[in-house]
Amino acid sequence: MSADVRYTPYHPRWYRRRVSVWWWLQSRSYTGFVLRELTSVFVAFFAVLLLWQIRALGHGPEAYARVLARLRSPLFVTLNALALAFVLFHSITWFNLAPKAMVVRLKGKRVPDLLVAGANYAAWVVLSAAVAAILLRG
Amino acid sequence: MARPITPLLWLLFSAGGTVAALLFPVHLFLNGLAFPLGWLPAPRYESLRSLVGHPLTRLYLLVLVSLPLFHWAHRFRYTLYDGLQLKHLTVLIAVLCYGAAVVGSLLAAYTLWNMSS
Repeated sequence: MSADVRYTPYHPRWYRRRVSVWWWLQSRSYTGFVLRELTSVFVAFFAVLLLWQIRALGHGPEAYARVLARLRSPLFVTLNALALAFVLFHSITWFNLAPKAMVVRLKGKRVPDLLVAGANYAAWVVLSAAVAAILLRG
Repeated sequence: MARPITPLLWLLFSAGGTVAALLFPVHLFLNGLAFPLGWLPAPRYESLRSLVGHPLTRLYLLVLVSLPLFHWAHRFRYTLYDGLQLKHLTVLIAVLCYGAAVVGSLLAAYTLWNMSS
């Protein structure tokens, strides 16, 4: 502690209670918050998995087939299923937060939250269908 | 952390979060589960390879890998600060998180650049 800090009767010593590392298990909304923050780990996991698939695609048909075989292992099936659940949680919480993060105004009136979130969900459906159509074609 | 960079990092977080929210579920389901496990007919190697040969596809894939990595870096950084109470390691955590996102993005750019045809 530096020497120039002085305490007066009206400015007592700071009192900070230690908080447990598990503070977020004490309430449902805190747990939801931490689970939402943890979706980022699975987002990164899948970004790396995508990069792995792209690199295998560049290395030739055998390398690509090996990656597909690895993805059939119980470890990767479990990880991907878990990641899908967390990524879906990310999508839903993200779209529901969108109207609060970005307030859209039309002719001075605030566009209702339901409409902004609805537009996000509509874009989700359209883009997912487009990606599936392209990948299922060939 | 340097203050002027904060809005840029937040923009990357937000853009990456949107890309991941819109496109990751469908890609994770198809590329991660349905195609390897044979639930749906997987595209043949040659057709995927020619698809990736197109510049627009490669730009799409670069965005698809890079922006969500920055989203992770930003969110995970604060998860470590708050969740595990590691406020005293601010600089180290920031360097590791954003550094990993930069390395991943550069690797993706390098890989896709070399897949021109």
